[in-house]
Amino acid sequence: MNSSAHNFKANAKVALADAQLQSALGKLKGGLVANRAKARDALPEFEALRDVAKDIKNHTIANLDLYLEAYEKNARAAGANVHFAETAADAREIILQICRAANAKIVTKGKSMVSEEIGLNDYLEAAGGLEVVETDLGEYLVQIRRETPSHIIAPAIHLTQDQVEADFRRLHTHLPADRVLVEPAQLVNEARQILRQKFMTADVGITGANFLVAETGSSIIVTNEGNGDLTQSLAKTHIVIASIEKLVPTLEDLSTILRLLARSATGQECSTYMTLSTGARRVNDLDGPANYHVVILDNGRTDLIGSEFQDVLRCIRCGACMNHCPVYGAIGGHAYGWVYPGPIGSVLTPALIGVKEAGNLPNASTFCGKCADVCPMKIPLPDLMRHWREAEFAAGDLPRVYRTGLMTWAYFARHPRLYHAVAKVGIPLLSLFNRRGRFAHLPFAGSWTRHRDMPAPQGRTFQQLWAEQQAGVQS
Amino acid sequence: MSAREHDNAAARTQFFAKLKVALKDGPPAAARRGNVELRLQSPPSHPLPERVNKSRDQLRQQFRSYLEGQSATIIEVAGAAEVPSAIAAWLRENNLPHAVRNGDDAWLAALPWTTDPTLQRDAGPAQADDVVSLSHAIAAVSETGTLVLASGTDNPVTLNFVPENHIIVVEEGDLVGPYEAVWTRLRTRFGKGHMPRTVNFISGPSRTADIGGTLVTGAHGPRRLCVIFVRG
Ligand code: SF4
Repeated sequence: MNSSAHNFKANAKVALADAQLQSALGKLKGGLVANRAKARDALPEFEALRDVAKDIKNHTIANLDLYLEAYEKNARAAGANVHFAETAADAREIILQICRAANAKIVTKGKSMVSEEIGLNDYLEAAGGLEVVETDLGEYLVQIRRETPSHIIAPAIHLTQDQVEADFRRLHTHLPADRVLVEPAQLVNEARQILRQKFMTADVGITGANFLVAETGSSIIVTNEGNGDLTQSLAKTHIVIASIEKLVPTLEDLSTILRLLARSATGQECSTYMTLSTGARRVNDLDGPANYHVVILDNGRTDLIGSEFQDVLRCIRCGACMNHCPVYGAIGGHAYGWVYPGPIGSVLTPALIGVKEAGNLPNASTFCGKCADVCPMKIPLPDLMRHWREAEFAAGDLPRVYRTGLMTWAYFARHPRLYHAVAKVGIPLLSLFNRRGRFAHLPFAGSWTRHRDMPAPQGRTFQQLWAEQQAGVQS
Repeated sequence: MSAREHDNAAARTQFFAKLKVALKDGPPAAARRGNVELRLQSPPSHPLPERVNKSRDQLRQQFRSYLEGQSATIIEVAGAAEVPSAIAAWLRENNLPHAVRNGDDAWLAALPWTTDPTLQRDAGPAQADDVVSLSHAIAAVSETGTLVLASGTDNPVTLNFVPENHIIVVEEGDLVGPYEAVWTRLRTRFGKGHMPRTVNFISGPSRTADIGGTLVTGAHGPRRLCVIFVRG
């Protein structure tokens, strides 16, 4: 997928002014956030399980070579073809070749963020001449608008019901123009009828994987709609695209993490469907795919192992961090400019496409810490964003005014005497701009004070007050 | 158009070489292998939720209440002999045709179907115009109100997703507390490390909230899920 992450600031401005988007985003709090809190409270073990889940993933990553080897062996023994793709381009090419070998014309797809990451649909359409149909309802809504998902579990969360109705009327022109599309159920039903045709005629079905289990060589999908299951059961060929960090060792490790996934994502006790797929259909089976391929993607993830960003590989893509993020809640997912929005995107995107392109994202944080509080895998997201800021500074990718400002501050911070002297002189000077305890306007901070007031320092510095108080305590 | 052929063997070698470099700060693979193999051989027992430590009766009630909360219908019958008439009654109640599609599950086949001669049963995987399907679950999980189905000629996977109405029969003897009990059963039934093509965990009719955040049942899979729970 092409990135517009470098344009983050302009993107955010557009998003803030978009009334329709703002109305769609308004539902986050009452919906996903409240539901998660309820589901967590209904499972007293939730907090303890987060630690167990974190250990499971840490252990897996520390032994990723061996678990990958075991997964591959067991998957092959069950009849899977396992392909290794180091880059996005490799993965696209492998998948296109499989589609060609299957003589495919129509390809159905279950929801897969990794497929977005590698820009799969455009490639299969352009280079392969294939018809690629997204079957998750949210993904379908986004695809017919030629947009990208704005949320990792609710791809069309930025759209209102009215927009969906307008799109259906514009596109489904073979249906009577005067049909009633007032209720969400009527819209769902229309999409169901259209996508049914695609399921029945597809030659290849592509899904992602929420997990890969080394013990059994299985790939796992977790859904509510059942579209992933129709995708992977009706086509003759099933292709799974999965990145390396989806591995878990055993079925017991899987069920432990599953207890956190749906509760963190949608606030359900469990998702409606959880499916383990192992190999192709068996000799006597009457249905299921005759061919089963798994494409394992690296795309820069191995480079994160052993780095300060390794923790991000624990992510199970539940979306809780973005549901609770004030920045995401204000601007939605598209402003982030690439596949993964919200706090996880701010950490993952610079890792996958470079800090030069995506350096703005880790800066777009209030550091409120909510994301780390809710992350089921206990990923210290704000710390990782801070690491990116450091990396960006070290790489010299910051604009001059930030660099100069930060370096000046750093100089004074390393020279406390000077710092205090300057602060003592500076504070009375600042009172020139003080308007009833707040600054409406400050030199060198115009872009900050344009939108808000800065509280004015009250009289003496903290160090002065501290020194006085200490003196008082001792006397 | 097409780029170079993908050389999977070379890619695999490169993949593992990169992983080796990335893991260089930890112990070497040889030192870790024993531990990894042990975990794969005897999977760890992670803590289980308190809610699975209940009497059989409470587990059954819990299974029922979660499943109902997830928009499914659950009908309890006193014994296997009552299953055909319970199915017929449910079909009548919902104005559905008296025809179901099922696989060649031996337990289902042995039920006294002749008690209801109007009920037609067709064998095989789901067809596009099937309205009702019938499956036999290998387990009912109390923890979240979930049915577990294993694919095969006995219970073809498409029956779970293609028809608009799905009836799942499950026996009380197959009621378990946590998911972990399902893993144990799968290992016993299919052999350790072996699985059928698909194992489906189903916890209600299909649903979506993708249009304006409103929950709608009957997205792509069944609109109705009826669970017949056989006591005894
Ligand atoms: S970072 Fe944590 S909260 Fe965010 S998507 Fe990943 S697992 Fe979920």
